Amino acid sequence: MRKTVFIGLLVCLVTLSVPCRAQRGVFLTPEQFHQQAFAGQGENQILWLDGDQLQQAQRILGHRFPGIRTRYVAGGTRTAWIFDEIGKTHPITIGVVVEASEIVQVKILEYRESRGGEVRYDSFTRQFIGGSLIEKQPEPKLDATIDGITGATLSVRAVKKVATLALYFHSLTPVAYSDTLAEGSLP
Amino acid sequence: MITVLSCISMRATCVIKQLIEFKPWGLVMFKKATLVVALAAIGVSAEAQETPTLEQMWEVIQQQKAEIEALKSELDEAEHKIEETDVRVETTASALDVISQSGGSQSSAANWTENTSLGGYGELHYNNLEDSHSDANESEIDFHRFVLFLGHDFNEKVRFFSEVEIEHSLAGDGKPGEVELEQAYIEYDYAQNHTIKSGLFLTPVGILNETHEPDTFFGVERNNVEKNIIPTTWWEAGVNLQGYLVDGLRYDLGVTSGLNVDAFEGKYKVRDGRQKVAEANANNAAYTGRIKYTAIPGLELATTLQYQSDLLQGELEQGAAATLFEAHAIYEAGGFGIRALYAAWDIDGYYEEATGKLGADKQEGWYVEPSYKFFDNFGVFARYSEWDNQAGTGLVDSGYSQIDVGVNYWLTPQVVFKADYQDQTAPDAKAEMDGLNLGVGYSF
Repeated sequence: MRKTVFIGLLVCLVTLSVPCRAQRGVFLTPEQFHQQAFAGQGENQILWLDGDQLQQAQRILGHRFPGIRTRYVAGGTRTAWIFDEIGKTHPITIGVVVEASEIVQVKILEYRESRGGEVRYDSFTRQFIGGSLIEKQPEPKLDATIDGITGATLSVRAVKKVATLALYFHSLTPVAYSDTLAEGSLP
Repeated sequence: MITVLSCISMRATCVIKQLIEFKPWGLVMFKKATLVVALAAIGVSAEAQETPTLEQMWEVIQQQKAEIEALKSELDEAEHKIEETDVRVETTASALDVISQSGGSQSSAANWTENTSLGGYGELHYNNLEDSHSDANESEIDFHRFVLFLGHDFNEKVRFFSEVEIEHSLAGDGKPGEVELEQAYIEYDYAQNHTIKSGLFLTPVGILNETHEPDTFFGVERNNVEKNIIPTTWWEAGVNLQGYLVDGLRYDLGVTSGLNVDAFEGKYKVRDGRQKVAEANANNAAYTGRIKYTAIPGLELATTLQYQSDLLQGELEQGAAATLFEAHAIYEAGGFGIRALYAAWDIDGYYEEATGKLGADKQEGWYVEPSYKFFDNFGVFARYSEWDNQAGTGLVDSGYSQIDVGVNYWLTPQVVFKADYQDQTAPDAKAEMDGLNLGVGYSF
């Protein structure tokens, strides 16, 4: 009798959960992400990183940045970045769009951890919108209040690191330089 | 050539000017002669710089053409070298990208390391407590827990996870510690958003039972409600189904081994019933269900219900069926945080007789813990808790309460230093421990 109830309950759960969004898997391809950000107007670019910049990236991530350059897409005053960052044991593919030195979008493109998929919900990612870089020593920090997801601390931390890194890399691009010139804040 | 002619011309002009300036006629004849010589000199110089012939010009043009060709060839060569360098830089950078993304290894061993993860946590505690009933002092330093995680992904849907712990540094006969296998299970994603877990795993209950890395909670020691009532850290062996019903709403359903309280040995607390899956008595299984809601950032609401048909595992003819109810809430926004938890065991009346402990058929407790983080790396907390392992009657003085206040300082997000002060109220016949706790912990 107990087994029957148990199996019945399981079948109900699986049936009920059909409308639930996937917790793991690919949610957005890089092409779709760029299409959303630039409507096909973006151009592929490469940002080469010198020793100091790689060191700064390492401070932001808490580990070595993989490579000596990074690819991004630029269009108008926007740049879009995609990075893989490990949450607990698996890399999370995270996309960040920056415009005028502020985050305008954060998207989880692929989530591979077995728990913590809540970081893909809009209720979490929209907290990053408007976030900017605040100059601090030894490394710049994300100027935004981000409430975490309990039980997904490491995934939350990974998204925050990538958002900070995207803002920092944006500040190194010609797009950011022309922004600064337009604002007239350079001597 | 133009420069030479200019010089000669300037000299001639100078001589003529000198001649004009000299008025005496005695000198005129001499000056005229000088003028003739000067003009003759100009004539000779001009003759020396005659326009080159066509042949000479052709020769010069040919020489210049050859020089241009040579320069052009050098330029082509340089451009070719630049292109080659670009290609080499691109190839090198691409190779670096690949090596960097594979963790620095290009060998086949990389596949194994990519699919295998290693982690761990640990905590060292110093307790300076005094029993206010007997004035006995307890000063102790203890590496309470040293834990290693090992996980491996067989493929995208099947994975293994394990946790091995050394408690109190030293294990063995007569030693204070233990070596414990706290988790070792296989997990399989059998459908989208649904996972089945089989093996030895942590019971899905409470706040700390599944997430207890020291950097994730306030207070040096784990709170007494989860320790004495739930009882954390609690693991069993069996099967567990887990999945999402709607966004942020997760369920767990499990059938596992259960607790086994040895009433003949005078045991009665549920904590004493943990068999730790070590040749455990499996006459009576435990059925556990949990619902957890985490869709809103900063918020967690969860409740667990467990039923076990006999807490005595058939040792006595009359069993002791038991039900655990637990509910908790966590909310963290900005620097503010609050945790509240209630847990209660309701055990069949015969348990009281079997254990000989009045009121042991009801064991319950609760706590509330507000906290505030002034900075990312520094926060304070206070906790009020009550627990009672003989709460079945109001006749026994068996309840405890405790106030804790303290601070956490995170050296890095996963390395924490802790300090707190505890003020306990205990039954008259029991030790009432008040005092200071210090700790350092880490996880990775």
